[in-house]
Parts: sequence; C-alpha cells; structure tokens
Amino acid sequence: MKVLLMYRDKDFDPKAAPPPNADTLVQDLELDTLCKVMAQGDPFLLDIAKKAILLGLASPEAITYRQHALKDSIEQAAVVRRTYGLAVEAIEGRKKIWGWGLDYVDSVLRNSVETLELFFDILKRLRRIADAHRGQFRSEAFVRFFGMIENELDDAYLLKIQEHLQELKFPEGERMSALLGKGFRGDNYLLRRFPIGKQTWTQRLLRRKPKFTFEIAPQDESGHRALENIRDNGIRTVAKALRESTDHILSFFTALRTELAFYIGCLNLRNVLLKKGEPICIPVPSGPESLTLSGRGLYDVTLSLKLEQRVVGNDLAADGRRLLVITGANQGGKSTFLRSLGLAYVMTQAGMFAPAEEFSLGISEGVFTHYKREEDVGMKSGKLDEELARMSHILDGIRPRCVLLLNESFASTNEREGSEIGEEVIMSLLEAGVRIFLVTHLFELAKDLHSREGADALFLRAERKADGQRTFRIIEGEPLSTSYGQDLYKQIFEGAKRAVEVPPVSASQ
Amino acid sequence: MTDGREEYDLGPFFCYQLKDIESISYRHEVMRDLEEQSLREHVESFADSMRGMRRHLAQADELSFEYQKMSWFLDAVEIYSDAVRNLSAGLSRANPRSRGLQGLGKFLEGYVSSDSFLALSAEAKRLKGKLSEITYRIHIQGLRVSVGKYGGEPDYSADVEDTFRKFREKEAAGFSMKGRALHDTPFMDSVEERIMELLVKLYPDIFSELSAFCARHSGYMDPTVRRFDREVQFYLAYLQLMQSLEAENLEFCYPQVSAQSKAVSARETFDLALAMMLAREHKKVVCNDFYLQGNERIFVVSGPNQGGKTTFARMFGQLHYLARLGYPVPGKEAHLFLPDDIFTHFEREEHIETLRGKLQDELVRMHDILLRATGDSIVIVNEGFASTTVSDAIFLGKQILQQVVDRGCLVVYVTFIDELSRLGDATVSMTSTVVPENPTERTFKIVRRPADGRAYAMAIAEKYGLTGQSIRRRLAG
Repeated sequence: MKVLLMYRDKDFDPKAAPPPNADTLVQDLELDTLCKVMAQGDPFLLDIAKKAILLGLASPEAITYRQHALKDSIEQAAVVRRTYGLAVEAIEGRKKIWGWGLDYVDSVLRNSVETLELFFDILKRLRRIADAHRGQFRSEAFVRFFGMIENELDDAYLLKIQEHLQELKFPEGERMSALLGKGFRGDNYLLRRFPIGKQTWTQRLLRRKPKFTFEIAPQDESGHRALENIRDNGIRTVAKALRESTDHILSFFTALRTELAFYIGCLNLRNVLLKKGEPICIPVPSGPESLTLSGRGLYDVTLSLKLEQRVVGNDLAADGRRLLVITGANQGGKSTFLRSLGLAYVMTQAGMFAPAEEFSLGISEGVFTHYKREEDVGMKSGKLDEELARMSHILDGIRPRCVLLLNESFASTNEREGSEIGEEVIMSLLEAGVRIFLVTHLFELAKDLHSREGADALFLRAERKADGQRTFRIIEGEPLSTSYGQDLYKQIFEGAKRAVEVPPVSASQ
Repeated sequence: MTDGREEYDLGPFFCYQLKDIESISYRHEVMRDLEEQSLREHVESFADSMRGMRRHLAQADELSFEYQKMSWFLDAVEIYSDAVRNLSAGLSRANPRSRGLQGLGKFLEGYVSSDSFLALSAEAKRLKGKLSEITYRIHIQGLRVSVGKYGGEPDYSADVEDTFRKFREKEAAGFSMKGRALHDTPFMDSVEERIMELLVKLYPDIFSELSAFCARHSGYMDPTVRRFDREVQFYLAYLQLMQSLEAENLEFCYPQVSAQSKAVSARETFDLALAMMLAREHKKVVCNDFYLQGNERIFVVSGPNQGGKTTFARMFGQLHYLARLGYPVPGKEAHLFLPDDIFTHFEREEHIETLRGKLQDELVRMHDILLRATGDSIVIVNEGFASTTVSDAIFLGKQILQQVVDRGCLVVYVTFIDELSRLGDATVSMTSTVVPENPTERTFKIVRRPADGRAYAMAIAEKYGLTGQSIRRRLAG
C-alpha cells in the first residue's frame, strides 16, 4: 500500500541524498527561515519541509500533481490534519509499546500483538475518515489514496485482522510441528494454525484425548525453562513475521505522516502569509526549454517573514532570457530580488505556491548559488582562492538547464581581474545552456556583458530617485558606472535627513 | 607444517629419511598427482569428511542418552560411506599417474563394491531418510505437553505474512531477537528427552531398526582407509606450505637426486623457515644460487656479518633433508645428492652442565661428527672458534676442513676466516654481499666469489662502474 501523495509513482524518500550544494542553497536563500515557519515548532515538519524543498521536482507534470493535492489540502485542511494526526498517533503509540531491550522472542511476540491492536484501531479510524470524506477530494493524489483505503481495508479484511488478534493470544495453547534435527534435537519448530471454532466435533474430540502426554511438575524449574525454550523456538517465526508485518504497517504510517507533513507545512506557511496580507499563487510550470520567467508582485518571502510590514514586490518579464544582470544602487534591493527569484524557483519546483500575485516558470534541473562570503573563511587560502574553489565545486555539479545565482561573485580581487574571470566563467556557462542571474558591482563586467547583449540577456537596475531615494524596485536599465555608495556615505556620516528606508542588514546579505 | 594437523601425528614421518632414489621418485609421483587441483580437492574433501566423522564419533561418546548416541553414530557412518565412495569415484575420474594413488584407487574400487560396504551405506541412507521424514506435533498447554503426528496444519507465520503482505513495500529492516539458540549444545534437555521417548513409542519400527543397526556396525571403519587418511596428510601439509609461499612468488621444484654425483646445484632457492616468517608479513625473500662442479665439494662461506651466511648453510642442509623426505624443494631447479646422513654443527650457547669450555665443547662435537661422517655424508659447519686466537682458529679450521676434504664429504663451512676458502680444488668460496651504492646495506645474496676481504671496495667500485665487468663493457664500447 503506497501513499503516493507527493509523487504519482513513488514514495517521498526523506533519506534521499540532498543535492551536493544543499547547504549553500539553504544559507544563500535563507531556507531555514522559510522552513521554520512551515514547521511551526515541530521538528518533524521542519525536516520534511526542508528536504522536500531541496529535492525539487524535475517535470511540470510532477509539479502539477502536487499543486492539485496542495489545493485539496487547502480546501480540506481539517480532514488532512486529522489524517496526519492518526499517523502521528500510530507512530507515537508504537514507540511507547516498544521500550528498550525487549527483544526476547516472547516479548517480541507480545509487543507485536499489542502493536497490531493499536494499528488495527487506527486503521479502522482511517477507514472511517475515507468513508466520510472521500467525495470531497478532487486531486488525483487524494482520490487515489482514500480509494485505496476503502478497497484495501474493507470489512472482510478488518475482520481477518481481528481473528488473528484473538488467536495470537493462544487460548488453547500453542501447537507446533517439529523435525528431528542433529542428534535428534528438535528442529524447525513451526507454530501451526488451528483456527478457533472451525474444527468439526470429531476433531475436537480427537484432540481432547491425546495418547502421548506428559506433564511437567510445577516445582521442576529446569523443566519449565526447557519448555519455555521449545515454546520460544516454536513462536520464533511467528514473532518474526508479526514483528515484520507491524513494521510494514508502521512504514505505511510513516510514509503517510511524511507526505502529509509537507502539505501541513504548506498550510502553516500559507496561514502566516495570508494573515500579513501577502499574496500567494499557484505558479504555472513549463519545461526548462521554454525559458519562461515572468510574474507580478514577486517578493522575497523570507524577508517578509522577518519583517512586521509587507515587502516590496517586483514585476518581471524575462521570458526567453538566459542572462539577467542586476546592477544599481547599494541597499537598493538587488540581493533581495535575487533571492526572491531563487526562492520562487525552489518553491515552485517543490510543488508549493509561489510568493507572487502571478508567476510562470520554465523549471530548472537544479538551482546553484554563488554568493560573496564574509571573511570568516579561515586563514589557509586567500579570498579569491576561496571563492574560485567554491566556483569550481559548483562546476562539478552543474549541468545545462540548471540556473546559477551569482551575488557579487568575482569581487574579491580588483575590478579588472574579477571582470575578466567573471566574463570567462559566465560566457562559458551560458554557452553550455546554464541560466544565470547576476548581481554585480563590477561595472566592467556588466558593461562587457551589455556590449555583447543579444536577445537573451536582460539588464535590470535597482531604482534610485534623483534625490538618492531607494524604492527597492528593480527596473529595466543598463548598468551605470556608480552604485551610489556616496549616498549611503552621506546618509551615515552626515546624518542627512532623507526618506531612505534601510532594510535590516541581515536581510540584504 | 603440522599446525592444525595434530590429530594425524605426523612427527614420525619426518624422522624417517628415505634411503634410495626409487622411494624418492615414488613420493614425487604421488606429490605431482596431488598438485593437480581436482585430485587434490577430492583428497582434501575426503580428509575433511573424515575429520567430521571423528567429531561425530567423539560426540556420540560424550552423550549419555542412548537415542542421541545412535543419532550421532548414524551420521558418522553416513559421512564415512559418502566420503569413501566420493574418494573412489574422484580418484577414478582424476586418473592418477602415481603408483601410490593408482594402488589406492584399485583398492577402493573393490572396497566400495563389496557386499559389506554396500549394505552398510544403503542401510544408513534408508534409516536417515525415514528419520528425516518424521514430522511430529507438540501441543503445549500450560505445563502439559502432548506429542503426536503432524497433520498438515498451515504454518502460522505464513498466514501472518500473507495477511499483511499489502503493507509490505520493501524488505523489513533487521531487528534482533534473543532467546536460547536452538542448538547451542548437543545435549537434549529433560523435556526434549521425554518428547523423544514418546516419539520412540509413536514410531516404534524406525527406532528399533536404528538400534539394531548401531549394534551391528560398531566397527565399520576399514583399516586401509584409516591409514590413507593419515598418510596423505604428509603430502597435504607440505603442499599447503608450498602454496602459501607460491602466493609470494616463490617457486618450488622436484629435485634431481643422485646417489653418485656430488655436482649439486640450485637456482633461486631459499630457506623455508625464514621464508615462512617473512611471507607472513609479505616481505620479500632473497633467493640464492649455488653450484659445485668437478672436484668441488666444499662451500666456504665468508663475508660481512648479518649477510645471510647462516641462512645459506641452513638452507643447504634443509634442501637435502627435504629431498630425502621425497618432497619438492625451494627453488627453480635443483640437483641434489642423496647422502647417507646429514651432520650439522652450529654454534651453541655455553652449557654449564657440559663442564667444558666453549672451544673444547665445539671441538668435541666436531670430533663426534668426523667419527661418524662418511664420504657420502653432508656436513654443515657454522664454526665459532671465536673463543680462541685468529691463528688458532685458522689452524683448527684448516685441520677440520682437510679431514672432510680427504673424506670427500659435501660440506658447507661458514667461517670468518678468508684463508680457509683457498685450501685447494675442493673448496669454493661464497661470500655475502652488500649493496654497491651503500656498502653498509646487506643484500642477503651469497655469491660465488673469492673472499679477498674487499667486499666494501668492490661495492664502491661497482658504484662507479669500475668492476671488471663494467670496465670490460666500457672498453667494448
């Protein structure tokens, strides 16, 4: 019984290796901020949210499958949360039954029976939810899931489990078969099944007067132990089968909990954003070759989650563009914009909603980031060494149809060298088919890229009004030779009173 | 060599040295056959089975419950009859060329088709079959145990697996499950014994047949089979040793042994004891060559200390000793002499009990050897004479060497005195050598070269291309 709520054809595997650049991505896109809100303090939700975002989907169809299930989750939030609650109850309840060190054959059997009783109860309740609410779901994922519960856990099947639960308490003692093993010691002890109440009258009679019988004296302690030994060996295979069976059921509940956790996380995030009045939308995914990239009101969701007020969104029309170069004023919202792009990619590709009023995306085969790092990188290599090593590491993993976010890369040396290296790297990657979003202060680099401008590059600038005021909007515009650092200097050193809003430092790094 | 083969008591085999070439080739033939992988496997699996059989008999002895004894005895008989039959079939398939194994093959053919053997093995098989078909039922109700015949009721674990199969999406993870292991001891406990007694009543025919069988066949083993099982270990032990050294790229060969010619020689031979030690650590073993020709009888080994002189002497004696056992010997090629005896004299710690001085002790032992050695003996001397003056040592050495020269013995004489290597036609000088580039490093090569006390000088000359050979090559341009 597969859950199949996140993929049409496979379970979500939280143990799957995240992409090699995962840590960098988490840091550069502030994914922890995002996931914490999705988790609302629940470490399990946090873990699944983070993994689902890092293990993005590779096709528009797979994304649509999740988007539909997400829509159902939003509309049937109460049912989804109750179902999630059942899975949690099963898993936590089992944990209580299996304490530590109870791994004698006898306790394995006893604990397994107890676990089965617990699971039986929860499966029955799951069936009831399916009975009551199946018709309210529209997505392929949930319709299939609840349909499966109805079919597989039908009344006849539930009755069968109930019979087992009775028999496994052995009201008539244990019956087993055995062979003569080495030195005639009993071997291959196997518990046999004599269904209760299903024997004929003569069978009962025959069994009631066995010819070959002995009884162990109550005070014969070694005899008791010997009998226990035979019994343990007899029930061993059943204990194993039962333990494995309950483990399989547990896997089912675990998969259910895992996959619902993702949608619960989305619900949590949605609630927080809606309360703030931030817009969200179900994005429109298309294949990577489409190079679609456009939207309205695209904002940096992590920045918004950190601030009291709403944040500035940007419109974007970059369909068909392979290279985006963002230049312009310091503290003008360039990094924030770049991050909003990266987040829109990973959220869309995880099947989540996008932080925008509208968003369309030609998906990528992987998102990579290369951000300027603060100088905490140890003494053993120079700054340029360090950043180029990271670049080289990216090149180990990046493929055509991936996207690369460059935030002030190549700035750890002088402008001329940085620009040359940068141009070399960027041009080669573009030729290979990588989509690149570049934030840079390197005027030479921006200028050179601009002079080779073709239809597939788009140049954007952080807006600055004539009086030096920042709007945090990103508008189309060619690179300028100053980043207006003197504005900032003046503001800080001369205390000039201007209506300049400076976002918290952490949000721009 | 005998490690792990203690039960065969191989010691006496090593003490008995062959006296004629014929016996040596008889053993060479057997050894060559056993070097064949397939034949060797047959023999080794036979030996394994026989070991297993003995363990079973020992177990039967140790047990006290009569039905348990019978069970182990029956298994022993079955193992034995299978082992003998397999060996016979294996030998006839492998087609051995040696007289020894051909003879054994013929004997086994007769034995396995004899009435008594056929009856023994058929009866054992039949009983085993019947016993293995017994499936009985135990019903435990509190402290009451009932025993009956199994009536085909379904396996409960299969039912459980079947019921919950729909939840199974992957292999179950492993988990530990304690409980007394089924067969941690061969002894039945009290409950098992009582169940067994009921089974004997439940299946009276089978168990009375079994007890008759055990009584009838108590002395089932054939003495020739038993003897072969022991003797073949003499070969297998050495083959195992050879294999472990061949894995380190060392070679063995069948020596040409002569009762007349003392023109002995060997190529790339080595000291077994040292090789075994080094092989354990996968260290390289240095091989050496030697030869005697014409009237030469005596290797006088001198040169730098710690250079392998003693090893060479031990190796020479060892080669001849191994050859006299009929074994292959270390090396790519060997021509050896069949001596009437091998005498060794190695330096010893002083023993207080002998009440003699060290020099005196040495001379007494040397004298003993010279009394017994004939012209067909091999004498190996690692001379000390360190407890006297150099001129004394030269004198004594010359006296002793002269005696063995006169007698015509084959001799390895290890000494620190150069002069002894120039005694006459019969002596050949062998010296230990050093690495040319670094004269303080030993090569452990012992080469045939005049002992002129110039080992260091030679090495340095070699380094600068000034040895005779180098100069010739240079002049040849």
